[in-house]
Amino acid sequence: MITLNVNGKIENVDADPGTPLLYVLRDHLRLNGAKYGCGLGQCGACTVLIDDEAVFSCLTPISLLAERKITTVEGLGTIAEPGVLQRAFIGEQAAQCGYCIPGMMMRAQALLRANPGATDAEIRRHMRPNLCRCGTHMRILRAIKRAGSEMTSAGAKPAAKKIAGAAK
Amino acid sequence: MIWAKLFAKLFDEAAFAPAVLPDHAAVIPVRALTGLALIAILGAAACSVIDLRDAHSAAQPAPAGFDASLVARGAQLAAIGDCGFCHTAPGGRPFAGGRGVDSPFGTLYSTNITPDAETGIGRWSLADFTQAMREGVDPGGRHLYPAFPYDHFTLVTDDDIQAIYAYVMTRDPVRAESPDNDLVFPLSLRASAAAWKLMFFKREVFSPDPAQSEQWNRGFYLVQGLGHCGACHTPRNVLGAEKKDESFSGGDAEGWHAPALNQNSPAPFPWTVDRLVQYLRTGVDDVHEAAAGPMAPVVHDLSQVAENDVRAIAVYVASLDNRPLQEREKKGEEFAARSVTRGAPAASETSRGATIYTGACATCHVGRRQHGALELSLSTSLALPKPNNLLHIIQEGITPRDGERGPWMPSFAGALTDAQLAELADYLRTGFAGQPAWKDVPGELKKSESRKSKQTGGT
Repeated sequence: MITLNVNGKIENVDADPGTPLLYVLRDHLRLNGAKYGCGLGQCGACTVLIDDEAVFSCLTPISLLAERKITTVEGLGTIAEPGVLQRAFIGEQAAQCGYCIPGMMMRAQALLRANPGATDAEIRRHMRPNLCRCGTHMRILRAIKRAGSEMTSAGAKPAAKKIAGAAK
Repeated sequence: MIWAKLFAKLFDEAAFAPAVLPDHAAVIPVRALTGLALIAILGAAACSVIDLRDAHSAAQPAPAGFDASLVARGAQLAAIGDCGFCHTAPGGRPFAGGRGVDSPFGTLYSTNITPDAETGIGRWSLADFTQAMREGVDPGGRHLYPAFPYDHFTLVTDDDIQAIYAYVMTRDPVRAESPDNDLVFPLSLRASAAAWKLMFFKREVFSPDPAQSEQWNRGFYLVQGLGHCGACHTPRNVLGAEKKDESFSGGDAEGWHAPALNQNSPAPFPWTVDRLVQYLRTGVDDVHEAAAGPMAPVVHDLSQVAENDVRAIAVYVASLDNRPLQEREKKGEEFAARSVTRGAPAASETSRGATIYTGACATCHVGRRQHGALELSLSTSLALPKPNNLLHIIQEGITPRDGERGPWMPSFAGALTDAQLAELADYLRTGFAGQPAWKDVPGELKKSESRKSKQTGGT
């Protein structure tokens, strides 16, 4: 039994310590936001935050994660009350098939938390590990930029904070 | 690059390796001070001895006047010399300079070698260019710091220098001032470069070895001259000059170890000519680690070079390791066999390192390149005396240039805490390389963190 802190909630999981976090999220905790893409850390569809840094959950065994803070796309907001990034992605209509989007949002969240005023070049560099097959990159970039400016304008930043609870 | 190594060496030898270097001036070890004092004295002497050339009269070349085939040959040679890497700032215009080389003693910046008349080398004649390449003196008579490897370029023939000149003079001129070097006294004085030359620089001319094949001689010329492979793969003395009697015994570059290419090569499988050709042109071969760190740009450049020249380089490099090939192949197979039994940790292995390996590494690193990745028992990084290459690769991953093919591995920086990374390193080192655990993994991690915190804009 291993104890995980996911989106501010303490979860006890009965799984082998070598099990990738992605499987535990989807199969044990029914958090289906993070997607299985390649299983090799090559596409980014499974990206989540560990202690505020973007990681590939398909390559992260849960044995690494006791006492660390895991945030998934479900931690950014709810359907009723979407977070800043989620609103921006909706606003820019950045999803086509949508499969890569949760990973995109989580990697973007890692950047914007640290640097909401990230430039286009910084956003592009940061988002490099995440792939989109539909080709909505330009909209994704616009959505991230939009979320960043919303975060920098007064009082917007805590929105994600409030909803995410322990996402800090 | 050379100074960076010199400084690293000084710190190593002085057994003085502060975890954080807040201010480069504050932490100069005693031994280094002695070296610096020596340089200052010799520098003063050197100025009176060495002829500081008069500035050449500006003989502006006409870019259109260069023969296209000469320019094309120059492009190949510039790729072999990897000129573009040092002389291009990260994200900057090609050859416009400004790449910084950090060291505890300050930072050196590469110069703009585009033909811009004001900020580049637009006013340099062929004679000026030749003098800089072979003797490390610019048209103003200033001695160049040996971070520019003129101790290698001195071997380059007139014909080749002319071709490289034609190539750089036909690039787009870029107006770009390089930042001033930020070095501590007395290295901040150009005279220190003159002193260094008096001690370590010898003007040499390439003469083929008649006992060797034409291909080997071509390889010797490219490796020892333009390619300046020894700049990284040969260890340096306390003043930053290559130890000629330990040629290709392995050196250091930008926080990475450049492994030995001679009989001290730590690679489990030998570097044969064919493997080297494959590796140097693509960054991977079947039984060695992929090119990463400072070797990645070298491979990128060599992928543009005609195969016969890369093969000549391979022939020469392969000849540096004189141990019997068959025995080395056998040793490689033994290591590979160890990996098979190591494919997944035995049930009895419950160390945290083993669990991390299973969950994070084994997905790709099982079966010889079956999933693209190398079996870890064949890893050179695991066989090295220090863990820094392994730590770099795990933390940074391996990333090809934008839009290009190349070896690739994801970064595990966010997933692993320092303590977990150390556990994994211990497990891999003892389990796959069969060697005792490294002594100071946390110390090496701190060093790489302080290096990273000095850099900006990295991912």
